[in-house]
Order: sequence, then structure tokens, then C-alpha cells
Amino acid sequence: MAQRGIREYDAKRLLAKFLPEYLSEFSYKGDLALVGPDTDLEELVAANPWLKEGRLVVKPDQLFGKRGKHGLVLLDANWDGAKRYLKENMGKEVVVGGIAGRLTHFLIEPFIPHEGEFYVAISSSSDGDNIFFSPEGGVSVEENWDKVVQLHINVLAGIDSMDIKSKLPKSLAGQSEAVEKFIRALYKFYAETGFAYLEINPFAIHIGAIVPLDMVAKLDDADEYWQRKRWNGLIFPEPFGRSLSKEELFIKELDSKTGASLKLTILNPDGRVWTMVAGGGASVIYADTICDLGFAGEMANYGEYSGDPNTEETYYYTKTILDLMTRKKDPRGKVLLIGGAIANFTDVAKTFKGVTMALEEYRNKLQDAGVKIYVRRGGPNYELGLKLMRDLGKRLGVPIEVYGPETHMTRIVPLALEGASQ
Amino acid sequence: MSRKDYVLFDRNTKAFVYGFQTNAIQRMLDFDYICKRESPSIAAIINPSRAGIHKAFWGTKEILLPMYKTVAMAAKAYPEADVMVNFASHRSAFETTMEALQEKTIRVVAVIAEGVPERQSRILSATAQNLLKVVIGPATVGGMAAGAFRIGNTAGTIENIIASKLYRPGCVGFVSKSGGMLNEAFNIISRNSNGIYEGVAIGGDRYPGSNMLDHIMRYEANPEIKMIACLGELGGEDEYRIIQALKTGKITKPLVAWVTGTCSPVLPASVQFGHAGAKADTEKETAQAKNQAFREAGAYVPTSFDGYGDEVRRVYDTLLAKGVVKESTEPESPRIPADYSKALAEGIIRKPTTFICTVSDDRGEELLYAGKKLSEVLDQKMGIGGVIGLLWFKKELPDYAARFIELVLQIVADHGPAVSGAHNAIVASCAGKDLISSLCSGLLTIGPRFGGAIDDAAREFKRAKETGMTPEHFVNDMKKKGINIPGIGHKIKSVKNPDKRVQLLIQYAKSNFPRTELLNYALQVEQLTTAKKGNLILNVDGCIGILFIDLMGSCGAFTQAEIDEVVKLGYLNGLFALGRSIGLIGHILDQKRLGARLYRHPAEDIAYMMPTSEEIQCKR
Repeated sequence: MAQRGIREYDAKRLLAKFLPEYLSEFSYKGDLALVGPDTDLEELVAANPWLKEGRLVVKPDQLFGKRGKHGLVLLDANWDGAKRYLKENMGKEVVVGGIAGRLTHFLIEPFIPHEGEFYVAISSSSDGDNIFFSPEGGVSVEENWDKVVQLHINVLAGIDSMDIKSKLPKSLAGQSEAVEKFIRALYKFYAETGFAYLEINPFAIHIGAIVPLDMVAKLDDADEYWQRKRWNGLIFPEPFGRSLSKEELFIKELDSKTGASLKLTILNPDGRVWTMVAGGGASVIYADTICDLGFAGEMANYGEYSGDPNTEETYYYTKTILDLMTRKKDPRGKVLLIGGAIANFTDVAKTFKGVTMALEEYRNKLQDAGVKIYVRRGGPNYELGLKLMRDLGKRLGVPIEVYGPETHMTRIVPLALEGASQ
Repeated sequence: MSRKDYVLFDRNTKAFVYGFQTNAIQRMLDFDYICKRESPSIAAIINPSRAGIHKAFWGTKEILLPMYKTVAMAAKAYPEADVMVNFASHRSAFETTMEALQEKTIRVVAVIAEGVPERQSRILSATAQNLLKVVIGPATVGGMAAGAFRIGNTAGTIENIIASKLYRPGCVGFVSKSGGMLNEAFNIISRNSNGIYEGVAIGGDRYPGSNMLDHIMRYEANPEIKMIACLGELGGEDEYRIIQALKTGKITKPLVAWVTGTCSPVLPASVQFGHAGAKADTEKETAQAKNQAFREAGAYVPTSFDGYGDEVRRVYDTLLAKGVVKESTEPESPRIPADYSKALAEGIIRKPTTFICTVSDDRGEELLYAGKKLSEVLDQKMGIGGVIGLLWFKKELPDYAARFIELVLQIVADHGPAVSGAHNAIVASCAGKDLISSLCSGLLTIGPRFGGAIDDAAREFKRAKETGMTPEHFVNDMKKKGINIPGIGHKIKSVKNPDKRVQLLIQYAKSNFPRTELLNYALQVEQLTTAKKGNLILNVDGCIGILFIDLMGSCGAFTQAEIDEVVKLGYLNGLFALGRSIGLIGHILDQKRLGARLYRHPAEDIAYMMPTSEEIQCKR
């Protein structure tokens, strides 16, 4: 549940489809084609005949910006040129903003020769939204930030009562009315389509019509229930340079099917310190403590489970982590921290039952990998939950140290890591 | 009842709970009880699907809580309630919270749901501000005022509340983003000071309904609170509002602060922590920058979360030394009666059971019939006869015995629409009664004269044979007593018009049973009775009863005592009731399909014979 980036392809598609509901003269057709690793280009042309008819722009569509500066944008090409460009770049590894990743998705759209680049962006703040507009958009908008007009829209008042016209730069002259109408419509589209961030930089006014050239957007994924029709199955891609592993995908899917929360990010599969922490707040503190003690490089994963998951869910969650951590051996052994705060309503015994089932199943692999386990937890039924763990320790053949609410929450981190560093 | 602006909850707070959350409701009441509140904090429950009452514990007693379908109805009935604990799902959290905010009397709404869209949260927050009200949440467990009021599940179990001394106020005001860390913080603070006065978790979303500073400013204004503790998180700029208030002197009480997420700079930028708001988009939003800014603004900031408790203790000890806080004597720690189910699960109580069941067990993974798994019953093709063996007799009967039971059921399944039972069932069905009522009407007809002679026949013939009576002796004995021999005689069937059903039963028994001693005896009796009158044959009831005695006596599965018990308790009429139910249901459904109308017996078929006026006179 958070703000999540979407592809430029989807952002423009939504814009082309729904902005006309607020601005009838918006004539942008949304000629857009998305090319992924498995796209059949011939089928794509058949579905989008405009690809062969005019000049084209091709650019990566993977949630990163400054594509022009990185020389990744093909301008004013024909279809053959676009195909050549795709062939050369599909799957290529590039480094953007210090992050290495493969190019897997490209957006193709008609090339629009234009004069004058405008900038518009909308972002959210606690009491409303902020609209930014500049007649001098494009790559240098940040350098000319003093030219940017900022409008604050109160979340209750909305945009209808706002005076926009007087705030627009005089230099717009005859275009002023069109820009104002566009801004008003864009804001309503933004507010009613579940956007959390939207930036069109630049847009052009081409033969009197507004055309978005580059677009960046984030949606509030909590709005999905209300936006089912508009979003219509839209997919949130992972950030650039990050493709989800099979295990992360599995947990993500598990998470999507339950009212509880199950999260897993693998940081370093060769790391020796694995965590299984209950709670969004506590899990961050455990990660902090591991880093404070100088084990950031050894931290294998970040994750959390919370919201009273059932036994089956914690079983699968634990199994996934145990499977990952016992794949490779390390002569120094590994540690698993099963931590958590004092729960409000999560049933500790029930969640730990699933955890112990998985541990029992991985008994031999845990022994082989030299895993030591440290447990700290409190909350409803914690006595029983901790007893399950202690009893398991007696027969598992893997050391398990178990602590309750009388022990400081992160105390098991130094206990485990001082052992790990020996 | 007016409260100071800075007081959200006190010992007289009355609240609505939106959503039928029975556990949370009980937890709130238990908390009230151990705090020795005079009355429960819950005025009413709001349950959109049902109005009425809900029964809950108040200590060892039970009380009734009223339940309304809408916020408006509850608010009208209980104007003194100024808090709503909203358990509505993320789909309806917004509209229900807006409804509550529109009610004049509701001042605080705690929104528990996770996944409320940011725009909705911001509208809630702005609406509350305009109305001078407070929204706590969304995505939180809530908060509590120690010794006064708890929101829903805040602070967890009673044991934890007692361990952290939350049943009486301390002097620390606490606020965090994380609801999960609230309890942990209560624990840490109670170990390092005289404990919590009030604690609130604003929720981990990017745009909470109220922010940390809102609550800190209330704590600043509340003279009962002597020190403030907060636990922030990377992402967002909420903490900078607190830092600004510190710098401008708006916060004068000592503030212990820590911002979690110091690990984020060494992790890949794309890690989304558990909370939606927990992501630093700028350097300023990192935990490091915030902790440093807190330090510079004069807050008490540990070097890591591990030192949070020590920092609380340091500040608390200073307050003690200055005399701002005085150690008071601890009240006796309260007790709450253990929940029956929990105590039972822990094995610390016992109670004699009211019922015993030796027939079936539905508690485990698989249903058991007399200890046998249902899947085995099916695998072994035990059939209805075998299942009756298990559930009535608690025995795995030999196959021919099980088949005999099935034969009986098939034979007695129906005997046409004219017999009493079917007739009554049909009449009831025609009167518009439902299937079960009509079936009962038919079954209630079963008795000594209709279908209910199986047990009597078994009993009488068994007694006669066991006491060594000859058939002649038995017939004479019954005649002398003036009793018709049960199982003998039929309205229509006779020696010349034998009952085919009886023949089928006898045929089966002769070729399958090891012995048929009682049947042989009964056939001798029949010879005597039919000599007197042609229709005094062994009827189907008698035949079933007698053959069952033979079956039990010869199949080896029953002891003599068990056979006696079967006869004594009247098992065997069950065979008729069970079998005939099939036919009765058939007749009832038949009438329903045919759309039969109400039956009225024709008057010409009834001989009306009224007593004369003299006959009804009182003669004395």
C-alpha cells in the first residue's frame, strides 16, 4: 500500500482515454506501443498501423528519468530505424543513477516536431495538492525553477474556485486560456483517477492541440478498489534494476490474497543474517540494529509479517526464507532472527505454529547450513508460542534461543551477531 | 460533559465501536474493568447488518450492549459518547468516518483499517481540522489513556496491560507512527519511568488523519503529563514540524525522540518498508537527518533504538530529582477473570461435562463414526446398513447383517398412500405445511397399531421362548391376558393371500443367517393363530423384530446383555421410522408437485351422531 510508479505507456494511455471527459477539445489520440522482451513486432504493427506511417520516437519505459541525457532516446526515426534500435537495445545492461539493470520495455510513439516546451506537474501534500507550471519546460526546467508557477489546491475546496488565470505567466498571451483549461482538467483527471504524482515535461502545443511528450506518474495503489474500471488490470512494474525473484513473487502473491501483511525483499542471498520479523515498525528497527552493529553487508533480507496471518501463511513465509538461507553453506554459519514487538492482537502461538512446522521440515538443511536461531516476541498467547519454540529447540538439533517481552526487543540481534562474528 | 481540548479520553469517556468486533469489544470492557471504571466505555456498537443487543462480560458478570445499524441512530441515542472506534474495512472506512465527523457529539474517530487511499485520508484529516475534531489513523491500532480508556486492541492482552501498568496513569505522553510498536514502547517506558499517561499511534500511512505534533501539543498542554516520548520513522517531514516546535519553544517539556530507519542508506533505494509512508525521497527525510535535527533542537536522542529506554530513564530521573514527578505508591495490581476457553486450553481449570457422546466425533480433521473415519466407511463400501451398525449399535456388522438392515429399510420404505402415516403426511402437506412438518405428522403416527410393533413383537416372542413356553402355552397365555400378540395379524393379508414382504425377509434369513431359532418358534405360533383365523399371520413388523433377535443372537457380534438392551431401549422401531421416512417424503413431495389443495374429509363419509339433550344433562 503506497505510491507506486507506472509506465509512461500506461500514464499516457489513461490520459488519452479519460482526460477528454474533463476537456472535450483534448484531441491527443494516445498512439502508443509498448514493446517488451516477448513482443512480436509484426503483430504490433498490425495492431498499430501508424508505426509504419510516420516518424517515431523510441525510449525505455522502466520508471527511470533522464533518458535523453543517457542517450537512450531515439528521435525522428522510421519503423526500420526503430526496429534496429530495439534490436540493439533490448536486454542491454545500462547504469542509470548508479543502478544497473537491463532494458526490457520500450515505448514507441509518433515523433512530434514542436516549438516551445511546457512543464506541468501535480504532487500531493498533507492538506492538498500542488500544481507546478512553467512555459519553459524540458530538460532545463530545474535550472529555470524561478519561472515555475506554483498553485496549491486545498483537498476540500478543489480547483473550481481557484483563480488560475491571473497566476499564469503573461508570456503565454493567446495560449493562456487553453493552458488554464488544460490545467483544470488535468487536475480533475489526476484527483479522480487515483494519481499520487504526475509530471508532463514537456508538453507541446502542436497545431493548437496539447500533446504530452514525456510523462511520469505514480498511482496510490490503495485506490485500486475504486479505480477498477479506469485502471482495468494495470500492472505496477518493479523499479528499474530490480526484478523480483521467484521467492519474492511468491510472497507478493501470498500477500495479495490475505488481509494480513507479508513482505519480503532479498538484499543479499549470500548474506548470513536472515530476519523474520513481525510488524512494519519493528522490522525496520531490527534492520537498523543489524546495520548499527556493522552487519549491513551480511543482511540477507528485509521483510515483515503482520496483521494476524494464519498458521498456513506463516508456514509458507517461513519455508520460503528457510529455503533461501539453506541453499548455500557458509563456513561461519548463519543466523535467523525471528523477532517482533509485543503484539496487540496477532496470536503469537498461531503464527509460531506455522513457523515451527516449516523449521521442522527443514531440520536437516538447517543443521547442514549451521543455522542458529534467535527468537523474541510478546503478545496474545505468547507463552504458548514461545513454548512451541523451546520445545522445538529440544528436538531440532539446531540451537534456538527464545526470549519474551522481559527482554529488550532487539537484544537478540547482538546476541546472535556476536556469535556470528566469531 | 465538557473536556479540555487537550483531553481526548478520560475515565468517563463513552465510545461507539463501529463493526461487530467481539474480541476488541471484550478487550475494551476488560480494560475498563481493571481500571475500576464506574461504567463501561462502550456506549453502543454500530453494526450495519444487524441492530439489537450484544452480550459481553463486565468482570464475571454479563452486560448487554445496544447495537445500532447507523452512526446517526447511535449518536442520537447516546449523545454523551464522543469517540468512535472505527473497524470498518478500507472500503467503507472513509464514508463511515465522514458520517461520524458530521455528528455534533462525536469528537474523536480512530480509523483502524489499512489501505485507505491517500486522497480519502487527506479529506478526513482536513474535515476533522475544520470541525475541531480529531482523527487517529488510518492504519493503526489506535491508542489509549492509561487507567481510563483504550481504543480497540491497543496494548494487547490484559497480562500485558498489567505488566506495563497501564491500568493507572503515569506521567509520559507517547506518540508513534507504528501501531505495532506502541505496545513495545509502553513496555520500555513502563520499565524506565512511572509509565504511560497517554499513548497514540497515528498510523504508518503517508497522510495520517492527525500527525505526531498534534498529539505532542496536547501532551504539552496537559499538566498531568511531565515528559513526552516519540518514535518517528524515515520518510515524510512530520518530524520536522516537531523539531520546529521545539526550536520555537512551543514544546517546553522534555522530549525523548528516535527516528527508525537508520539502515536505509545502506539498503538498495527501492526497498519499500512495511509502512506506506516509510520511504525517504530526499536526504532530509532520512532517519539520520531527522535524528540529527532532533538532537540539535534539544530533544533527548539515543544513539540507537536500544538506548531509547535509557534515555527515558535519564529524563525521568532528572524529573524525579527536580521534584517535578513524585514517586507514588503503586495500587494493587488488578485481576481479570480468565476466559473459560483460554483457561481450558491451558489446562488450568476443569469442569464435569454435561453430555457424553460415544457415537461420533466431529472435532478432528475427519469425522469419525464410532471411531471409524468417514473415508474408511466409504472405502469399505459399508453402506447404509454398515453406517447404522456403527451409529446405532457401535459395531462393525458382518456384511450379511448390514445387507439385512438395508433389506428391511427397502421393504418398509413405503406402503401406499392409504396407510395412516402416509395419509397424515399427505393431509399435512395439502394443508400447506413444509416438508419437515409434514414428515413429522406422518412419523408421529407410528405407534403400537401402525408400524410400531417391531420392538413389542421382538420382546414378547423373545420372552416366551426364553421362559420355555411352548407355542400353545404362549398363545393361551396372551389370550388369557386379553392381549393381541404383537407381530401377528394383518388387515388384508392372510394365509391365502400371503404377504410377499414377509416371504422375502424369511427367504433372506434362511439363506444367510447361521440360525433362525426365534423365527422357527414364531412360525409355529403362526400355525396356531392362522388355524383360528386366516389373517392372523406373522406380519411384517413381527417378522422384522423376530429376525433381528435371531440376527443378533447368531452373528456373534452381540452379547446377551446387549441384545436385551436393544430390545429394552426400543432400537428396532427406529428401523421402521427410518425406512418409512423415505416413503413419507416421497408422498409429501408428490403432493407439492401436484399442487394439491387443502384436504377436507367429505361430510357424507362421517356419521354425525350427536348426543341427545338428555344425555348431556347432569344426572346427579
